Amino acid sequence: MATAIDSKIPAGNITEKWESYKGHVPLVAPNNKRRIDVIIVGSGLAGASAAASLGELGYNVKCFTFHDSPRRAHSIAAQGGINAAKNYRNDGDSVYRLFYDTIKGGDFRAREANVHRLAEVSGDIIDQCVAQGVPFAREYGGLLDNRSFGGTQVSRTFYARGQTGQQLLIGAYQALSRQVALGTVKLYNRHEMLDTVVVDGKCRGIIVRNLLTGELERHAAHAVVLCTGGYGNVFYLSTNAMMCNTTATWRAHRRGAFFGNPCYTQIHPTCIPVSGEYQSKLTLMSESLRNDGRCWVPKKAEDRLKDPRQIPEEDRDYYLERRYPAFGNLVPRDIASRAAKVACDEGLGVGKSGLAVYLDFADAIKRKGKAAVELAYGNLFDMYAKITGENPYETPMRIYPAVHYTMGGLWVDYDLMTSVPGLYACGEANFSDHGANRLGASALMQGLADGYFVLPYTIGSYLSKEIRTGAISTNTPEFEQVEKEVRERINQLMNLGGSQSVESFHRRLGKIMWDKCGMARNAEGLKQAIQEIQALKAEFWKDAFVPGSANDFNPELEKAWRVADFIELGELMCRDALHRNESCGGHFREEYQTDKGEAERDDVNFQYVAAWEWGGNGEPVLHKEPLVYEEIEVVQRSYE
Amino acid sequence: MKLNLKIWRQGGKYKGEFVNYPNLEVNPDMSFLEMLDVLNEELVSKREEPVAFEHDCREGICGTCSLVIDGQAHGPMKGTTTCQVHMRHYHEGETIVIEPFRAQSFPVIKDLVVDRSAFDRIIQSGGYVSVNTGQAQDANAIPIEKEQASHSFDAAACIGCGACVAACPNSSAMLFTSAKVSHLALLPQGLVEHQKRVLAMVAQMDKEGFGKCSNVTACEAECPKEISVENIARMNREYMGAVFASDKKMV
Repeated sequence: MATAIDSKIPAGNITEKWESYKGHVPLVAPNNKRRIDVIIVGSGLAGASAAASLGELGYNVKCFTFHDSPRRAHSIAAQGGINAAKNYRNDGDSVYRLFYDTIKGGDFRAREANVHRLAEVSGDIIDQCVAQGVPFAREYGGLLDNRSFGGTQVSRTFYARGQTGQQLLIGAYQALSRQVALGTVKLYNRHEMLDTVVVDGKCRGIIVRNLLTGELERHAAHAVVLCTGGYGNVFYLSTNAMMCNTTATWRAHRRGAFFGNPCYTQIHPTCIPVSGEYQSKLTLMSESLRNDGRCWVPKKAEDRLKDPRQIPEEDRDYYLERRYPAFGNLVPRDIASRAAKVACDEGLGVGKSGLAVYLDFADAIKRKGKAAVELAYGNLFDMYAKITGENPYETPMRIYPAVHYTMGGLWVDYDLMTSVPGLYACGEANFSDHGANRLGASALMQGLADGYFVLPYTIGSYLSKEIRTGAISTNTPEFEQVEKEVRERINQLMNLGGSQSVESFHRRLGKIMWDKCGMARNAEGLKQAIQEIQALKAEFWKDAFVPGSANDFNPELEKAWRVADFIELGELMCRDALHRNESCGGHFREEYQTDKGEAERDDVNFQYVAAWEWGGNGEPVLHKEPLVYEEIEVVQRSYE
Repeated sequence: MKLNLKIWRQGGKYKGEFVNYPNLEVNPDMSFLEMLDVLNEELVSKREEPVAFEHDCREGICGTCSLVIDGQAHGPMKGTTTCQVHMRHYHEGETIVIEPFRAQSFPVIKDLVVDRSAFDRIIQSGGYVSVNTGQAQDANAIPIEKEQASHSFDAAACIGCGACVAACPNSSAMLFTSAKVSHLALLPQGLVEHQKRVLAMVAQMDKEGFGKCSNVTACEAECPKEISVENIARMNREYMGAVFASDKKMV
């Protein structure tokens, strides 16, 4: 039975909500902040910025990461840039336009109030990062440079060569390191959160495993913030780093946090194609390349394996420019990905596998010169050459879509609090501001907005009621019980004694997800996928094998726990995709498309956030948050 | 093609020794770490403990992967991390020797995994600009000459992997530390604290037990991000300036 849930959106005009909220939200006085403990799990853009900012405010912060150093978090790999409505170009940008582009890019499935707030704080992020010493690209006059990204008609993307995520994360990591030195943040590296502890209906702490010794530890706090990233690795092959996982969010879900829109996954159009079975991950080629690269396939199937330089202009189909003249190669990601899939499904895909299209820079090199292209994209071209052994200055790149980002995540209200009081989710870990499709250069913006400028305000609303609570003990039956359950699950994994590697289960899960819950989905395939995943889960718990010991550094055990959680999440994703009888953004149901093959939404029946409640061993329970558009007129998305 | 691996194993039943893994079937398009994945799957299928190694992004930016391959940190290719090395650079029947990064300040945790947290402590000692969230002025209020910003970026590109330490005969962390000192000293935002920063970071570097620099420049040669030893010269100048000509004395 579906019930409605409250997202606590402040009243008032869209442009006044956040200002008014900030003016009225209860505060915690400095002398009380010292008595309040906050746990941050994760140290990427959202986690590091939140931990640093809360530490600066005077809270007692503990920050946990499973990496050896906070600087390793996967935010580091973001290449292209970060959006901000600075309008430094004088090209017609504004807070409203960034807000509008993001809602439209998300195919009208994001919450208006959150997205407007995101656009409002976007400029502050750039200011903060520059003050920290982030070396953004500059022009000869010494001022900041911008580039364009998909789904927009202005240049609002700030960038640091092809390493924007790295530089922003290092900025946040340095701010975090400063607080560690000042003693406001205590850092726990090589510690992985395995469960949350709920006491009297409030989240009061976590159970973590020390990855070096295998010891389980209890940590208590007045509030817990999950900044643990997305779950793209449910597909096995994705652009995510190898250790990215859903364990923190999935375990929180099983303790009562609703999971929002799990089926909304972003397939990024420009990645290096799969080359073989042994492949462990896919490498993204930044969307910024579409500023100058032109996507095409041969018009005739017999040209598929020909040297692309020998194929004359008239025999090439620049399919994005043909289908979407207004945006051309800079259409949003979901549209570019699907167009590549359509071309390959028609038998025009290039390369040995037939699962690739060309991204060609010959025109850009002719127009701007090789040196200019090298300056803008040199590191990306080098990366491509290292992986493929081909030189993209001479021959077009071969690219294909790959799983990149998950718009779904833990459901949160306007305060970024999950449905469990005291448990927050920030960055990619929450179901986020991107609706059914995220625009390029918006993930970095959202992660840092949450951590630097939103959570530090909104968490006060909850913590102001905790000033009389006093220190929270870990010596309680609730902590005892959760720790016991974690220990039992570890023992269960160690004692499986089956015959198949955990890796092989992960690979099989990924194949089911990619084939049936990937770029295109249909009801029949999703029903099959649910059955296959249930069977895979049963087989895992009977026949997987985990070597080594639980009381030691054991990456295989870490992987086993994560894969077991991915299997459960995979099933929920398929259920969500099956229930959503429409196409929107990254969720493309083959049964619901226009004559031109574009996504066909059903705003009457599906203009809501699907927030799933863990159903124990039974079926998950669907809650709906209706999406009310007070400001923006909901229309069919068009980039033609 | 078939390759032979000779890998350092340490921890559990291994006291610290090379173990041979002959005749591994390898596809030339694989990455180096995918080859280790294949080895580990084979070991797991034989109920043996897999080789522990660190890795994450597998695209050369997170700095998690390490390994000394045939005597070189991150393997034979210039400007490349281990995860970006592909097997097409090797030949049938070759033997590859794989060791952890070796340095007193990077103790071995298991097999090829070492503890590099000393680098975090060096950053914590001063590798930042002291600006709280919300204190910043408009980003374009601080124009920075393009070339200057670009120099700063070249230093900021460091991924903190520790190859410089592994490559150095003295296990010195000068390249890592100087890259951060340079990144910030080259920007107006970092100038206010530049003297305090260099003194604190060098002190922490020494406290962690890293060796001294004797201008071998192996660090630059093996750095996967090709960070220049110019940064070391700049740090030395910054350090001397802070010791002998402190801004404070001039007030």
